[in-house]
Amino acid sequence: MDLHFTAEEEAFRAEVRAFLAAQLPPELARKVRENHRLHKADMQAWHAILNARGWLASHWPQAYGGTGWTAVQKFIFENECALAHAPRIVPFGLSMLGPVLIKYGNEAQKRHWLPRILDGTDWWCQGYSEPGAGSDLASLKTSAMRDGDHYVVNGQKTWTTLGHYANMIFCLVRTRAEGKPQEGISFLLVDMDTPGIEVRPIITLDGEHEVNEVFFSDVRVPAANLVGEENRGWSCAKYLLTYERTNIAGVGLSTAALQQLKAVAARQRKNGRPLAQDPAFAARLARVEIELDNMRITNLRVLAAAAHGGAPGAESSMLKIRGTQIRQEITALQRRAMGVYARPYVAQALEDGYDGPRVGPQGADSAAAQYFNYRKLSIFGGSNEIQKNIISKMILGL
Amino acid sequence: MNFDHTEDRRMLSDMLKRFVAEQYAFAVRDRIARSPEGYSAEFWQRYAELGAIGALFAEADGGLGGTGFDIAVVFEALGRGLVVEPFLDALMAGDAIAAAGSASQKQALEPLLAGGAVIALAHAEPGNGYELARVQTRAVRDGDGWRLDGAKAVVAQAEQAGLFVVSARTAGDDDDAGGISLFLVPAGAAGLHVQGYPLIDGGRAGDLALAGVRLPADALLGQAGAGHAVLERSTGKGLLALCAEALGAMDAARDATLEYLQTRQQFGVPIGRFQALQHRMADVLLEIEQARSAVINAAAQLGHAERAARERALSAAKVTIGRVGTLVAEECIQLHGGIGMTWELPLAHYAKRLVMIDHQLGDEDHHLARFIALAPAQA
Repeated sequence: MDLHFTAEEEAFRAEVRAFLAAQLPPELARKVRENHRLHKADMQAWHAILNARGWLASHWPQAYGGTGWTAVQKFIFENECALAHAPRIVPFGLSMLGPVLIKYGNEAQKRHWLPRILDGTDWWCQGYSEPGAGSDLASLKTSAMRDGDHYVVNGQKTWTTLGHYANMIFCLVRTRAEGKPQEGISFLLVDMDTPGIEVRPIITLDGEHEVNEVFFSDVRVPAANLVGEENRGWSCAKYLLTYERTNIAGVGLSTAALQQLKAVAARQRKNGRPLAQDPAFAARLARVEIELDNMRITNLRVLAAAAHGGAPGAESSMLKIRGTQIRQEITALQRRAMGVYARPYVAQALEDGYDGPRVGPQGADSAAAQYFNYRKLSIFGGSNEIQKNIISKMILGL
Repeated sequence: MNFDHTEDRRMLSDMLKRFVAEQYAFAVRDRIARSPEGYSAEFWQRYAELGAIGALFAEADGGLGGTGFDIAVVFEALGRGLVVEPFLDALMAGDAIAAAGSASQKQALEPLLAGGAVIALAHAEPGNGYELARVQTRAVRDGDGWRLDGAKAVVAQAEQAGLFVVSARTAGDDDDAGGISLFLVPAGAAGLHVQGYPLIDGGRAGDLALAGVRLPADALLGQAGAGHAVLERSTGKGLLALCAEALGAMDAARDATLEYLQTRQQFGVPIGRFQALQHRMADVLLEIEQARSAVINAAAQLGHAERAARERALSAAKVTIGRVGTLVAEECIQLHGGIGMTWELPLAHYAKRLVMIDHQLGDEDHHLARFIALAPAQA
């Protein structure tokens, strides 16, 4: 047993750190650190910086312009980026569609779409969930009827994250009504500018516009935009859902958040003493720190197993459950640390450049909103209950 | 980064697990655990022959290993079979002698490693909780030697041990880390009274009353007043051992419960078909993997030169094991239903051992507070 990274991996870490120190714009890092709103231009700017270095597509093989990194390198990269408060890479094109195209797409599709993901020509969003198809994704109803060399799409997608920024959407659509639900689904690429598409915002409980509903009425999509075979889209969907989830635990993000939480606990005062010295708060903080450290080792164990050829399957479900629990708990403690000042919520104060009066201690402006926003973590990407179903079936054989 | 054990450790682990499974089955274990002796001298000898005691000590001390991962591998295998032989105190008391003993004191290690001796660490005291530095037993100069007065609580195999490593205060206040000394006290010493009793998780222990126990000068182990560092080192190894033992017991409890969910029929189907039970079992599985990570981390940090890094990893592991061990015990009984309440089911004994591990060398609360106290100051 050896818990250390190799000399090569340590050298890689140093390279990533040097890159971040030189290339991550300080104002971008500050926005992330202070939980200020990131806009499309912020995300595009960071993508462009990574792309210029050849580090944007860490999940793709080198032949397609990816990094070809090992699982450990990806882990190191994501950790260092999180600790440096880099914006997250928007996953829809890079982590979701890219790998599906590389596995299931034809040559023309790969040649056309992959470079456009890298250079930012296309912004993709995900058309999976529907009002009636959440955890039971295979029950989706949005239909695509073949009409000559087009499909005609009708239906509704929902929870479409950053769909208001996107010019393209990849969709699961029903191309056959008969038979098992999973066997009538196809994977279709749709231009958001096609007539008949309407995007409506969904405002979440923190008042933010992050997700959308997307309506399709008689939307004509070229048949060439079908990925893989008709009625075999479920394979793409499952591949996408399980692909590259070794870093789903978000160890780096939680580590960075915990560092900030400790700073807050040292700064905030309760009964005239630092909050960090309050036994009840210190105990909550210590428990999450211990759980995070355990999860870091669990994550590394899964990576090591994957390096031996064992593709992480249900293990990533464990990482998803505990990883999201830890991230939620840290935001809960951030909220607690603010005491009465968790309640004031000046939405404009989260906008960069806001110069109005601020209420409460440093960090109070976003603590509660972030806590409420992060309730999503245990719901999306397969709810934590669905993950337990997967564990029961795949690992426990129940 | 590599999470595989070395070939030697894997062989030791496989061999011990096989021996325990084949030779130390539940009926054998139950008989030994309830016996008047509380352990089997014959099995103790056989474990020594397998190298299981030697693996706990460094070569310089006559052993074959002694690192964190050696300790973890042995105790994990012991935990799978709920072994009651006195490994933990052999490790802790033996380590104290190895760390602080003179050449002649270290002669006690040879019969220990050969499986011919039982040695116990007598440190905890009645009413004193788990704080390592709290020692009220007193040792005062008595001519060339020492005189000890005090009491020690729940000392492993107190009736069978031939030798005790006893902590006693030679200076300072009750809670001072400085001023604690260690003494080698032979069984049968005048003024040493042992009150033995059985344990709910199997085997026996006893309370020691020390009333004017006179010891020669060479009974002092290491420097007078410098015992705390030795105790912390030896107890640290004991903490890792307990955590690894719990991990082995949890794995066994999980396997038994999983099998039960797959075979027990109610409402015409195996009860493992019910989602309410599946989700509880998925939680158990997840928590055990987190506990495994905690043990790996503690084993890796055991040799860490920096005290805070080492001791925090050990306390973090004990916090995790305390929480998860109790959870696994309670969930596995619940998932078994009524049969989980019976003596005849091995699972019930795994549950008892798992919960009682939280009562040894500091419970979850104690180690959580210790983990916090050991934190580096926030900049």
